Amino acid sequence: MNIGWYLVVSALVFCIGAGGVLIRRNPLVVLLCLELMLNGANLALVAFARMWGNQSGQIFALIVMVVAACEVTVGLGLVVAIYRRRLPIDVDELNELQG
Amino acid sequence: MTATTFGWLVLACPLVGTIVLAAGYRIWPGRAAGWIATFAIALSFVFSVLAFIKLLGYSPDHRQLTSALWDYDFSAGVDAKLQILVDPLSVFMILVVSGVSTLIHLYSVSYMTLDRGYVRYFSYLNYFVFSMLLLVLAGNFILLIVGWASVGTASYLLISFWYRRTTATSAGIKAFVINVVGDVGLVIATFIIFQHVGSVQFLPVFHSVHADFARNGAPIVIACLLLLVGAFAKSAQVPLHTWLPDAMEGPTPVSALIHAATMVTAGVYLIARMHALFEWAPTAADVGAIGGCVTLLIAATIALVMTDIKRVIAYSTMSQIGYMIMGVSLGAYSAGLFHLMTHAFFKALLFMAAGSIIGAMAGNQSLDRMGGFRRVLPFTFACFIIGGLALSGLPPFSGWLSKDDIIAFVNHRGGAFVILGIAAYIGALMTGIYTFRMIFRAFLGDPVPEAVELEHGHLHHAEVPTNPKTGEEEDTDVGFPGPGHFIAEREWPMKIAMSTLAVLAVIGGVLQIPGIDDAVTKFLDPTFADSKYAHTEVAAGPAWVGLVIGALIAIAGISIAYRIWVARPGTSLRLQERFSSLYVFLSNKWYFDEIIDTLIVRPVLWTGRLIDTTGERGVIGGITDAATGAVRATSAAVRRTQTGFLRYYAALMIVCLGGVALYFLISST
Repeated sequence: MNIGWYLVVSALVFCIGAGGVLIRRNPLVVLLCLELMLNGANLALVAFARMWGNQSGQIFALIVMVVAACEVTVGLGLVVAIYRRRLPIDVDELNELQG
Repeated sequence: MTATTFGWLVLACPLVGTIVLAAGYRIWPGRAAGWIATFAIALSFVFSVLAFIKLLGYSPDHRQLTSALWDYDFSAGVDAKLQILVDPLSVFMILVVSGVSTLIHLYSVSYMTLDRGYVRYFSYLNYFVFSMLLLVLAGNFILLIVGWASVGTASYLLISFWYRRTTATSAGIKAFVINVVGDVGLVIATFIIFQHVGSVQFLPVFHSVHADFARNGAPIVIACLLLLVGAFAKSAQVPLHTWLPDAMEGPTPVSALIHAATMVTAGVYLIARMHALFEWAPTAADVGAIGGCVTLLIAATIALVMTDIKRVIAYSTMSQIGYMIMGVSLGAYSAGLFHLMTHAFFKALLFMAAGSIIGAMAGNQSLDRMGGFRRVLPFTFACFIIGGLALSGLPPFSGWLSKDDIIAFVNHRGGAFVILGIAAYIGALMTGIYTFRMIFRAFLGDPVPEAVELEHGHLHHAEVPTNPKTGEEEDTDVGFPGPGHFIAEREWPMKIAMSTLAVLAVIGGVLQIPGIDDAVTKFLDPTFADSKYAHTEVAAGPAWVGLVIGALIAIAGISIAYRIWVARPGTSLRLQERFSSLYVFLSNKWYFDEIIDTLIVRPVLWTGRLIDTTGERGVIGGITDAATGAVRATSAAVRRTQTGFLRYYAALMIVCLGGVALYFLISST
C-alpha cells in the first residue's frame, strides 16, 4: 500500500485535533484534541519507519506516547485544581496571565 | 634620656589620657576624670620642662634635634615619617601649651563638675592638647598637617560640646568648615614646596629653600600665601575670622583653651616655623603683616560695642593675634612669640574670670545684665583687673613689655611699615577702652539682683535654664549645660588656676626686658639663627621710647573708658545716639558674616541648585529617561500579544509552525 494514504489519514487526524484545540473551550476536550494531534504525528512516524524499514520512527512514537502520558497527567491535574477552586471550566475565562 | 625622648613623652601623656578617659567613661566617679586629665597634662608639662633643661645643656649650634619612630612610607620621594623636631621654638611652644592647659584643666575640674558630659569633656580636652602638641612638635609637613587637622576636629567637638543647643552645633560646624579651608591651603602649600624641594621634612626644606626657589618668585610667594590661608583660618584673621566669636558657644574653659593655649596661636607658630620661606618671599610676608594689622583694628572696633562678655574677650584675642601675626610676618619672631606667651597667661586669666562672673549670673553672658560684682566677687575682680591691665599694656604688666616689643620692631623696620606701627598704637588705645568698658560695666555700678543674692550668701540659679543667646528653654541633662554654677571664690581648684595665671600675667614680662635680659630672644636664637632679621634687634633706647609711648596710650585708653562709663554714666548712650550708623555697623561686626554669605555661601548654593536642575535633572536624567523610555515602548508593543487566551496562543503556534513547514516544503522542491 502506498505511504501516501497513511500520511493522509495522519494529516486528517492531526487537523481534526488542531481544529478541536482551536475551537473547543472545555479544557478536557482541549486535552483530548491534543492527544489526537500527537497520535496523528505518531501514525506518520510509524508509517515512515515502515517505509525505511528501520525502527527509529517506532522508538520515536513510543517516546511521544510517554511525553503524552506526562502531559495528560499535568493537564488533568490542572483541570482538577481549577474545578476544586470553583473556577469556570472554560479556557477563555482563564485569561488572567496576560501582559 | 635625650631631649627628643622627652618630646615623645610630652606627646604620649595627653594621648594616653584621652584613651584612658574615653575607654572608661562609664566607670570614672565624680571628679576622677577631671583629675586624671589634669594629671596627664601636668605630666606633659613636667616632661616639657625636662626637655627644656636638656636642650639648654647642648651647645647652641646643636639645639635642633629630630627623632623619627618609624617610616610611614617612602615612595616617589615622599619621606613620610613619624618624626618630631625638638628645637627652641617647639620647646617654647610645648612649655606654653602644656603649662597653660594644665591650669585650664584644673579650672575645669571645678567649673564643669555637675555637667552630665564630664568624662567626655575631659577626654576631648586632652585630645585637644594632644593635637596642639603634635602640631608644634611635628618634624615634617605631613605630621604638621595631621596635628593641624586634629586641632580643627577637637575644636569642633568642644565648641559643639553642648550638642543639643542648635546655636552650639552650628558654631561648631562653622569653625570646622573655615578651618578646613585653612587645611586645604596648608596641604596645597606643602605640595608646592615638595614639588620644588623634593622633601617634606622641615630642616632640609629650610636649608635648601634658597637653592630651589627664586627669591620672591611666583612659586614661593604662592606657597607662602597658601600657608597664610592656613594660618589665617586657624588664627581667626580677617576674612577667615567669623568662626571665633561664634566659638564662644562652647564651655568657658574651652574658650580659654582655644584662645590662650591651643588653637589660635597655631597660625603664629606656623609663620615663625616657616620663617625661612617667608623671608624668601617678602611679598607674602607683607601680605601677612597687613592682614594682621587690619585684623587688629577691625577686631578692636567690634570689641568696643559687643555686649556679650565672652565675645568682647574673643574679639580682643583676634586683635592680639593680629599683633602677633604682624610681628612674626615682619621678622619680630621672638617679640611675637613672647607676646604669644604673655597673651596666653592673661587671656586664659580673663576667660577664667569671665567664667566666674558667668557662674554668678547663672549662665547669662550679657554685659547689659551685669553690674556691681566688685564686692561679692573680690577675687574674680582682682584677677580681671590684672588680666585687663596686662591686656591693655600698662606697666609693669607682661602685656606692656610684649606688645610694645612687637610695635617697636615694626617701627624699626621703617618705611611704610611705620603706618602699621601707628595702626597698632591706635589698636592699643582701643584695647584699653574696650577692656575697661567690660570691667567697669561688669563690676562697678549698682549691684544687679544676682549680685545682691550672692551678697546674702546664695548663688543665683535660674528656675528654668535657658540658652543665653536665643532664650530657648533647656533642661540640664546631657547635651545641655549642667545644673551647677561655680564661682572662683568658692572653688579652690579655680582659685589656684587663676592666681597662678595672675602671678604670671604680672611678672611674665621679666623674661624679656629690653637691654636687660632678652631671655626669650636668646633662647629662641638657634631656631632663627639663619634669619636675616636675627641681628636686626631694636636698640634699647628706641625700645624704651616705644614702651613709654605704649604705656601712655594704655593709660589714655583706660582713662577714656573711665570717663565714659564711670565718671559720666550715660555718655556711652549719647555716643551711641550720635554715631548710631557707626554703632549699627560695628555691632553687626562689619557685616562680615553677611558679606561672606553673599559672596561665597549664596553663589555656591546657587551653583549647586543650577547643577541640580540642569545638570542632574536635565542632562543625566534625560539620558536615563530616554533609555528607559525606549525599553518601555518596545515592551509595550510586545506585551500586546500576551492576551491570556489559550486558543489564541495555540492558533499563533499552529500558523507559525505551519508557515515554517510550508517554507521548507517550498524550498525543498
